[in-house]
Amino acid sequence: MTAAPLIIFAVLAAVAVASGLAMMLSQNAVYSALFLVINFTVVAVLFLILGAPFIAMLQITVYAGAIMVLFIFVIMLLGGERLPAPQQRLRWQQPLAVVLVLALLALAGYVFAQGAAPAAVLAEPQDYGSPAALGLLLFTKYLFPFEFTSLLLLVAMIGVVVLTAVEERRRRLPRASRRT
Amino acid sequence: MAWQEIGFIALEAAIKSILLAFVLLTAFAYMTFAERKVAALMQVRSGPNRVGPWGLLQPAADGVKALFKEEIVPAGADRVLFIAAPILVAVPALIIMAVIPLGPDMVLFGRPMRLAITDINVGTLYVLSVASVAVYGIVLAGWSSANKFSMMGGIRATAQMVSYELALGLSFVGPIMLAGSLSLRDIVVAQQQSVWYVVLQPLGALLFFVAALAEVNRAPFDMPEAEQELTAGYFTEYSGMKFSLFFMGEYIKMIAVSALTATLFFGGYLGPMVDQYPLLGIVYLGGKTLAFLFLMIWIRLTLPRMRYDQLMAFGWKRMLPLALANVVITAVALVLAQ
Repeated sequence: MTAAPLIIFAVLAAVAVASGLAMMLSQNAVYSALFLVINFTVVAVLFLILGAPFIAMLQITVYAGAIMVLFIFVIMLLGGERLPAPQQRLRWQQPLAVVLVLALLALAGYVFAQGAAPAAVLAEPQDYGSPAALGLLLFTKYLFPFEFTSLLLLVAMIGVVVLTAVEERRRRLPRASRRT
Repeated sequence: MAWQEIGFIALEAAIKSILLAFVLLTAFAYMTFAERKVAALMQVRSGPNRVGPWGLLQPAADGVKALFKEEIVPAGADRVLFIAAPILVAVPALIIMAVIPLGPDMVLFGRPMRLAITDINVGTLYVLSVASVAVYGIVLAGWSSANKFSMMGGIRATAQMVSYELALGLSFVGPIMLAGSLSLRDIVVAQQQSVWYVVLQPLGALLFFVAALAEVNRAPFDMPEAEQELTAGYFTEYSGMKFSLFFMGEYIKMIAVSALTATLFFGGYLGPMVDQYPLLGIVYLGGKTLAFLFLMIWIRLTLPRMRYDQLMAFGWKRMLPLALANVVITAVALVLAQ
C-alpha cells in the first residue's frame, strides 16, 4: 500500500471508530442513529477504496438509506429520543465489558503480529466486487445461505402482516368499552 | 499515473462541478419563476410581471428578499440539526446530477473529455443511494423544529419516500437489464443502437415517472407539505435563506429526475447530428428535461392531492406489484429474444 491510500484509510478508520463511539455514548437516540449513518457511510467509502463500488452503493442505499431511515422513523414516532439514565442494576457489566474488549484487542494484535491475513486478501480476482461476479457467487457458492436469508426475511414479513391483521380485527370489533 | 495527469483530472472535475452547480442554481431560480408563470397562464392570470421585463428578474428579487429575512430558530428546537437539515436537503439534490451524461465523448484542447462530471459503472445505484439519503434532511427538519405539525410532515415524508423508493428502484431494473449495464452512459449508448426504452418499457417509464413525482414530493404526492392540514409541514418553522434551501432542494431534484427520465427512457442526449456535434447533446437533454418539468407543473395544476392512506395503498398495492411484474416480464422477454 502506497502513502496516499494509507492516509485516506487512516482518516476514514478514525472517523468510523469515532462515530461508532459517539453512537454508543450519545444520550439522544436520534443523534445515536445519525452517528450510525455516518459510520455506515464511512464503511461504504472503505468498500470504494477496496475497488468494490457496487457493494459500497448497496451499503449506502440499504443501510444508510433504508434501514436507518426506518430506525429514525420509529424513534420519532414513539417519541423515544430521550433515553433514560443508565440503569443501576446493569453496572456490573461495565468492568466485564472492559475485560472482554481487552481480550479481543489482544487476540486481534496476536493475529496481526502473526501476519497470516494479507495473503488471503491478495488472492481475490480483479473484478471481485462487480455486480456480475457478486451475483454469480450468491447463486452458486453461497446459494444456501442466500436462500435461507430470504426465507428468514419472508417469515419475518409474514409475521408482521399476521400480527397487524390481528390488531386490525380487534380494533374493528364493536365493543362497548372501546366506544368513546 | 503522473502527478500532472492527476492534476488535469482534478482540474477538469472541479471546473465541470462548478459549472454544473452554477447552471443548476440558475435553473432552480428560473424554475420557481416558470412554475408561477405557467400556473398563471393555466389559471388565466398574469403572474409575476413587475420586476424587469415580463417579470424576468423576479427570482433575483426573491433571492435578495430571502437573504434579508430574519433567521429564526425556535426556542425548543434542536439547534444543530435545525441548521443542518436544509443543507442535507440541498446537497443530495445537487450531487445527483453528477452521473448523468450530457453528451457523447468529445475532444477539447487535444484532450478527450466526457460530457458528464463522471461516469461510474454503478451510476444508477449512485442515483438511488443519493435519493435514499436525501430523506434525512426532511425528517430531521421535521423532528428538530419541536413542532407537532412539522413532525407530522417529516414522518409522512419518511413513510412516503421509503415506500416509493422501492417502485423507483425496480423501475430502474428494466433499462438496466436491456442495456446490460448499471452505467447511465451505457444505457444511453444502448438506446442509440436499438430504440428509446420508452418503446420497450412503457410501463417502466410510467412507473418511474410516478415514483419520481412521489420521491420529490410533488403534487399529487405532496402530502408532507399539505398547507391545509400541516401548515406547510416539515418546513413550517423555517424562514429566510434556510426556507429557500428546501425549495432549492425540491426544484433541483425535480430537474434531476426529469433529466433521469429522459436519460433512462427517452434517449438522454440522443438526437439528430449529436455524433458530429457533441455539444448538441446538452441541447437535446435540456429540451427533454424541460418537457418533463412542464409536465410536472401541469400535473400539479391539474390533479388534487391524494389522501395519506390512498397514497400509501397506491405505493404498496399498485406501484410495487406492477414494478415487480414489469421486471419479471422484461426478464422473460429478454431470455426469449436470445
